[in-house]
Amino acid sequence: MYHKYDAVVVGAGGAGLMAALQLVGKANVAVITKLYPSRSHTGAAQGGICAALGNTEEDHWEWHMFDTVKGGDYLTDQDAAEVLARDAVERIIELEHMGLPFNRTPEGKIDQRRFGGHTRNYGEGPVRRACYAADRTGHMILQTLYQQGIKNKVTFFNEFHLMDLIINNGRCVGVTALDIKTGELHTFHSKTTIFATGGYGRCWQVTSNAHACSGDGTVTAYRAGVPLMDMEMYQFHPTGLYRIGILLSEAARGEGGILRNSEGERFCERYAPTLKDLAPRDMVSRFIYQEIREGRGVGPNKDYVLLHVDHLGKEVIDSKLPDITDFARTYLHVEPYHEGVPIQPTAHYAMGGIPTDIEGRVIIDEKGTVLPGFYAAGEVACVSVHGANRLGTNSLVDLVVFGRRAGQHAARFIKENDYEELPTTPEKRSNDLLRFVEGGAQSGRKESAATIRKEMQECMMTNVSVVRNEKQLLTAMKKLQELRERFTKVGLTDNSTKFNTEKLEVLELGSLLEMAEVTTKGALERKESRGAHYREDYTSRDDKKFLAHTLAYRSPEGSVKELRYKPVTLGRFEPKERKY
Amino acid sequence: MQVTLKILRFDPEKDKKAHFKSYEIEADPLDRILDALNTVKWYKDGTLTFRRSCAHGVCGSDAMRINGRNRLACKELVGDIGKKITIEPMLGFRILKDLVVDMEPFFEKYRSIKPYLINYEDPPATERFQSAEDREIFDETTKCILCGACSGSCPPFWSNSEFIGPAAIVNAHRFIFDSRDQGSDERIAVLSQSEGVFRCRTVYNCTDACPREIPVTKAIEQIKRVMLYNR
Repeated sequence: MYHKYDAVVVGAGGAGLMAALQLVGKANVAVITKLYPSRSHTGAAQGGICAALGNTEEDHWEWHMFDTVKGGDYLTDQDAAEVLARDAVERIIELEHMGLPFNRTPEGKIDQRRFGGHTRNYGEGPVRRACYAADRTGHMILQTLYQQGIKNKVTFFNEFHLMDLIINNGRCVGVTALDIKTGELHTFHSKTTIFATGGYGRCWQVTSNAHACSGDGTVTAYRAGVPLMDMEMYQFHPTGLYRIGILLSEAARGEGGILRNSEGERFCERYAPTLKDLAPRDMVSRFIYQEIREGRGVGPNKDYVLLHVDHLGKEVIDSKLPDITDFARTYLHVEPYHEGVPIQPTAHYAMGGIPTDIEGRVIIDEKGTVLPGFYAAGEVACVSVHGANRLGTNSLVDLVVFGRRAGQHAARFIKENDYEELPTTPEKRSNDLLRFVEGGAQSGRKESAATIRKEMQECMMTNVSVVRNEKQLLTAMKKLQELRERFTKVGLTDNSTKFNTEKLEVLELGSLLEMAEVTTKGALERKESRGAHYREDYTSRDDKKFLAHTLAYRSPEGSVKELRYKPVTLGRFEPKERKY
Repeated sequence: MQVTLKILRFDPEKDKKAHFKSYEIEADPLDRILDALNTVKWYKDGTLTFRRSCAHGVCGSDAMRINGRNRLACKELVGDIGKKITIEPMLGFRILKDLVVDMEPFFEKYRSIKPYLINYEDPPATERFQSAEDREIFDETTKCILCGACSGSCPPFWSNSEFIGPAAIVNAHRFIFDSRDQGSDERIAVLSQSEGVFRCRTVYNCTDACPREIPVTKAIEQIKRVMLYNR
């Protein structure tokens, strides 16, 4: 089926909805989502959204910007960090006006609390910067933006799976997507296309990410010839529930929660004397890894540590951290009022993704050449505002700040430009891909998607996680190559056309395998340690060689063809050693 | 542990009627029901169809009937449910395929109560002020994830497809009791229609079903009270 829209937004999480809201009334806009909008993974974000409102103590956007740059281990583009920190203040007020039910101070203002890596006066100590709605801030942002979408009569295509990005004569002219309910392929012809499809945490065995987080947008852009930036920069959140990876927000530590090892020691103190448990995520994950490696892990296999909130008292737990303590009860049968919760680092967030400028326009090389009509925002994008390590809450700030900017710029583009024609066979690549997957029913196609996925997730968890080295990265490259070969013989047992979720899972696995390879390749070639990318064979940061963004280009066969490097945009903060 | 999953299956392209099919699987007591469903799908029968996303009770995709009660498959553990687990799609919704039901009428009802802040005054330059106490009044109903478990457990909703259902009422509550909102009259106009809030028979199934522990029946009663006093 053919559709024509001025703007097509893919993804209905925070960034996609924010972008769509800039366009309604000015242009005709469609939002495509593979779930229902209210199911998007933005809703899983817990702790807060930072902005230097200064509602409870002195704060300045420059401090927020500094923390973001330093938190990103200076791989952050400083023009983007400035935009993030400045715009955050207005965006929070806007969200409140839209109805977001923030927690309040005694005077009735938006309340703010501490969060990892957010400091006063350029690193002196923790600052209360995170605005929050209990520990379901992401849920409230998602609900509020979806509600605004309903109010403004945004057109949603629910349960549509993105298949391809269409480019013609050097312009992005739309997408194809599969209607999951009917199995029919749709072509969306557009002046502008905005990707807000989220991350790809399902590459790893232990992850906080939803099943839906399979890098659909990232891989689609990559297959269409767009490079991917800084994919090796993948964040492991320190406090995932043991074994299953469900997130326990940093807010637990922001409210005073602490981590203890098997000896009962508050070990973060030893590594980060100033910020302690509130050091940035990359560091706390490494502290945990180190404790476990040195035999101070807890449990029969000594493979986790404990997050304690029991000393905070029932009242604080119930009012400030109700959901995450409920997770501990539900999934581990642990009572946080009285005991520590077993946690381990969990694959959480892609700092890397589709490269964009600060207007959300997708760029395709190290010179910043724009691909007209194509935008990306949120986790799928790499502005790069998070550099080598994202600070807690900055993902939500990113969504609303850059989702809005992408939408606003797209609105201008729509006004100034006509439709570019579709190519003669816009659905060809999508149909080829579908035919490949559907061919899985043939004899000789016996490989199991579930088994390949499981082996990939285990491989990535073992070899491409918190601490990396050349040997393990090479092992991973080899294993991923093997898995991709096996994937060419992947089977399919469900031949139905309607709601064929087995087919979807195969498509998603195809994406994940490519994302895993790009991530591993980038990590292998980045011979330094920076932010979330820690190499035990190259333990220091190398600004001479690697104060640069990795750009990965794809070969027609689907592996990384070449890596190029794009200089970081510096600014008011000179790269310094990162200590907390 | 060895578990038997008895699942109601329906393929719109093949079946005239839904029918049960059983699967024996090995599961850890701490596995979620969703993990058990995935075990079936990934290793026993790839055609089994259900919705899922976050896998930890916040997205609302996998509400279904588990041993007769509406639950999120990702929030119930196999060990807590037992060795014999019967899984069916929620009642009161049209089945599209296996455990997947048609959510469109549900969302239409949600939209009908104007689920967005209505305030006719120009906003101030800063946030609108709201006391912590005023914020607390509607805290519970902000938790709704639109999974449908409450509506799908409600006898009046089963027997009357026009009834607006508890989920829509919960979301009306979230705004009616928000001190910043000025749209109560518009919402009450919808809720006071014949298929509105007074179809509720206070069965309390919705309160039992809510995976977010929202006191749904209490919220509905509070709205009824507002409507009676406003008359």
